[in-house]
Formats: sequence, C-alpha cells, structure tokens
Amino acid sequence: MPGTPFSAETRNNGDSTVIHLTGDIDRNAKDELEVAYNQAAARGPVILNFTDVDYINSTGIAVIVALLARARADGRPLRACGLSAHYREIFQITRLADFMTIYDDEPAALAVE
Amino acid sequence: MAILQRTRRKEDPTDRVAVQPPSQVGQAIPIPDHDPLLGYLLGVGAPVEVEKVTLESPALNEMRAAGVHLIVPLVSQGELIGTLNLGRRLSDQPYSTDDRKLLAGLASQVAPAIRVAQLVRQQEAEAKERERIDQELRVASLIQQTLLPKELPHLPGWKIEAYYQSARAVGGDIYDFIPLQDGRLGLVIGDVTDKGVPAALVMATTRTTLRTMATQSYDPGEVLAKANESLVPVIPPAMFVTCFYGVLNPSTGDIAYANAGHNLPYVRTSGGVVEMRATGMPLGLMTGMNYEVAYARLNPGEIVLLTSDGIVESHDRAGDMFGFPRLIDLVTKYDLEQDLISIILAQLDQFRGEDGEQEDDVTMVTIRRSSSAVESAVAFGEDPEVVASFALGSAPGAEREAMVRVASVAAELGLEGERLERLKTAVSEAAMNACEHGNKGDPDLPIEVSVLADSNKILVRIRDHGGGRSIPDPVIPNLEAKLAGEQSPRGWGLFLIEKMVDAMRTSTDDQYHTIELEMSRRED
Repeated sequence: MPGTPFSAETRNNGDSTVIHLTGDIDRNAKDELEVAYNQAAARGPVILNFTDVDYINSTGIAVIVALLARARADGRPLRACGLSAHYREIFQITRLADFMTIYDDEPAALAVE
Repeated sequence: MAILQRTRRKEDPTDRVAVQPPSQVGQAIPIPDHDPLLGYLLGVGAPVEVEKVTLESPALNEMRAAGVHLIVPLVSQGELIGTLNLGRRLSDQPYSTDDRKLLAGLASQVAPAIRVAQLVRQQEAEAKERERIDQELRVASLIQQTLLPKELPHLPGWKIEAYYQSARAVGGDIYDFIPLQDGRLGLVIGDVTDKGVPAALVMATTRTTLRTMATQSYDPGEVLAKANESLVPVIPPAMFVTCFYGVLNPSTGDIAYANAGHNLPYVRTSGGVVEMRATGMPLGLMTGMNYEVAYARLNPGEIVLLTSDGIVESHDRAGDMFGFPRLIDLVTKYDLEQDLISIILAQLDQFRGEDGEQEDDVTMVTIRRSSSAVESAVAFGEDPEVVASFALGSAPGAEREAMVRVASVAAELGLEGERLERLKTAVSEAAMNACEHGNKGDPDLPIEVSVLADSNKILVRIRDHGGGRSIPDPVIPNLEAKLAGEQSPRGWGLFLIEKMVDAMRTSTDDQYHTIELEMSRRED
C-alpha cells in the first residue's frame, strides 16, 4: 500500500527558513529533505512544518536525526511545528524534543528570535 | 565487673559505726579486674583492716591514701559487687569485734539488695536496647521488602521462581529482574556485606544503580563496571556488594553474564551441573575494575539456580557448614519435575535441625526453560480469540498496509485516540522489521499478521521467516551519540515499538521469528 509521497517546499522568511513538509516521512524522504535544506537562507533558524505529515516511521526519525546533526554542525537551530499529539510524543520519547524546540504552529515558531 | 563503692556517712543511722570520713573517703575507688585486692577480698569475705593487708595492690594503696581504714566486701553469689570503705572511728578507737560483726551482717544484707538493683537496671537497659534493635530491624526489613520484586516476570516458555527469607538481622540480600528492550531480561542477585539498616540502604542504592546501567548496555561486564564506578564513592569503606548480573534472551535461551564476586550460579543440563564462572571483584571496593563476560545457553528443560551465601553458610548443630558440595549434589540429583527451591529448603531445614536459627538471609532464584516448543507456544498467551489474520509479501509498503489493516480491526475492538496511534506505529515498525530483517526483503516471503483479543487486551502477532538464526543485539539508541556521529542515525525501530505498546514479546524457533505486541483495551 503506497502512502502519500513526500515533498518539501522551502520558503525563506528573512533570516528564518520554513521547510513545509508534505506526505510520509520515511527513508525515501532523505534526498528531497536535504535538497530543501540546501535552499535555506544563509543563516538563522530552520523551521520544519509538519502540518501536512500524517506518517513518520523509524527510518523517517533517522532522516530527521541526520538533518538535525547537519544543522547543529552548521550552528543553526532547528525547530518543529505542526506535529500531531502522537508524533509530538514520539519526538519526546526519542528525545529529539531536547534538541529541537517544538511549537504549536508556524507563526509561533517564527515569533521567536 | 561492675564495682559499686559505698562509703558510710556521718548521718548514717547506724551510729556505732559512724565514721568521720577524711575528705577523700567519700570518693568511689574502683578496683580493676586484674588487681590482686579483688581476689583477696573475695577470699576473706569479711571486713578487712587496711593496715594489716600486705598486697602489691594499686587499689589498696589508693584506699590507704584516701584514709580508708576498714574495707567491708559486699559479696553476692560469689561475686564482689562492691565494698563499704570506712575511715577511722570518730573516737579514734579501733573497730571492735562487735563493730565488725555488725558490719559483716549489714554487708550480707546489703549485697544481695544491691545485686538485685543492679540486675534490674541492667535488664531495663537491655530491654531498651532490644527495643532499639527491633525498631532498626523493622526499618531494614521494610526497606528490603519494598525493593524486592513484587511479582515475577512472565516469559512465554520460561518459568521463573524466586524465594527470599530474611534472617532476623536482615542480611542485605538483593534480587531483581530488569525488563530490557526487545524482551530480554536482566537478572540480578547480590549480597551486601553487613546487616541491618546500613546494608538495606546500600542494597537500595545498588538496585537503582544496576537498573540505570542495565538500560544503557546489553554487555553485562560493562553494566557491572559502570555500576562499580558509581558505587565506590557512595558505599561506606568497610562495605561492598557481591553481585551476579546476567542478560537472558528468552527467544534463544542465551545468557550473557558477569560476576562481581558472587556465588556461582549452577546450570542443570542433561549432562550434569555446570558452574557459570566469570571473574570480577565485588562492587564498591575500588574503581577501575573489569568484569569478565561469559556466555551460557539454556536448552529446553534446563534450569539455572542463583543463590545467596545464606544457604551454603548455614550451620548444623555441630557447627558444620552446609557448603557448596551439598548444594551441587542437590541440583545434580533432583527430579526435574519437582520444585528445586522446595527441595533445597527442605534439605536446609533438615540440616539445621529442629531449632536451628537462620543466621543470614536466604535467597534463591530459578530460571527454567520449558522442555518443549509446544509448552512455549501455549505459554504465549491464554486463549485470546483470533479476530483477524492475513499475510503480506515482504515488499516496500507492506508495513503501511499491515498498519492500516490492524488499525481498522483495533478500532472496531474499541481502541481509539492516542492508544490507537501508538499501536499503529508499533505495528508499522514491527512489520517493517519482519520484512527487512526477518525475510530479508524477499517479496516472495510473506509476513503473517494476526490480531487476537480477549476482554482485557488486544494482541498483534507478526511472524516472519527469520527463525533458526541468532538475532544480533540491537544497540540502544542514544541521540547524543547519533548527533555526534558516533552511532548510526538509524536503529529506532525496536525502541519505538517497546515504548508504544503495553508489552512486547518475541520468540524464535527453527523456521519463524514472531513478535507479539500487547495493548490493554482499558484506558489507563
């Protein structure tokens, strides 16, 4: 059963970058997510918007971990918004939430300096 | 010996012997146990004139210097319990025969009375001390009982039993079962030197430390080494902990273990008894210790016995120890259909004799692998009804299909909200493991999914063709290590499954590997 294909759209917003994610996040999301990150503004926080994501599995968690490692190496904060209650819990269980702050929605994530 | 000194005073009603005490006569002069005066007074048993005694006695010299003229020994039941020391008579006349008779009579009356008073006082002190000890024992025993496992782990195909009986003085024995990821079980048995509250507190610390370390590594040597590092600074210098730690993989029967100076466990195999040897120093003595790791495998029908030294160090009336040979003999010869713990306890009772006291805590844990695959399959769950079952080829996307189909069944069974989401994630992960690892991605090999339910719970079983080979130890995911590039970013599957469901079990036979996920139907 195929799921919803993954896509990522990068929107620069001053010194902040929003990457809007759509579809399933699993290992197949890796390349497209990296491309989206490459298009981010030169500096400032990167916000992952999960509003249109219904499914994340462990290989997707691995993709996010790899992106987080890269963002940390670049010295820029990674934030998350629009997560369902279930995936918010999974971000807490995996402790991803300790390294990327989770906001309810995009405006909240952007409001932080 | 308690020496009670008594000196007559001026206002004493027995005026015939009233004395004018020189200033120092009123002072108590103790007679040390080794002073010859002691034996002399006991031997004479009557008033003694200091001037007439020729003894090399420091106590006598002291009395002389204090102006003591007459010593009246107070003897009760052959024991000198004190003396009456008198100075010169007021008239400066020597003490007459009558005076001495009177004093001797007085002493014979006074001595038993003082003796009784002493005994009463002593008994009061002892009663108070007993009360204090009892209170301390109650506290120690309470700590210990709070920390020992309330229930035994239920592993399909395994029978685990434990016995613990504290000695009156509460010896600081510890045993514990630590559920690890993917259904493995940590086994702990240990013994804290010392007894009472201090031992119970060290036991509590050790238990917590081991539980923490056990979740960080499957390597029992590393678990003990790390526990040792953190225990050394917190355990009092004169105390230490002997401890066996093993990690049981119930689906294969493999036990990896390490031992910090604890009694060796015994495995009863078809070929006799095998000691599980591994060297290591007790915990809490010094830092930088290494613990050898060794491996054992329990075949169907075999049993491991873990003990504390309260068994082998029990004494009979003649003072002989129970000893290891007797224990090994019991494990070797007992009928496997019987209960090993009961047999050992019966032998121990017989050995100690009728009113033999239990000197130390007695702890035993047995872990037995069921003798047949049938038994192990039956133990997998008590008759829940199969609600749905289907098979899927091991192609990409199968995990999503398994997830969606199980979710619709589970929703019909009343599972909803966050708990339904959790089950979905667990099923997806388990199905993906089954396809990718169990069936190695072969699209022609199916995974079989079944959903079972009884009134309390929903079970999801996912079976793949990964039987007959050992499953490598999963690395417990550590996000810091992953972010630092020290661990692969992957490896979250089993971790997530375990966190999502109420219980997770695995089993393996020659052909199949099965994972069972359990979710309670009640909301709590």
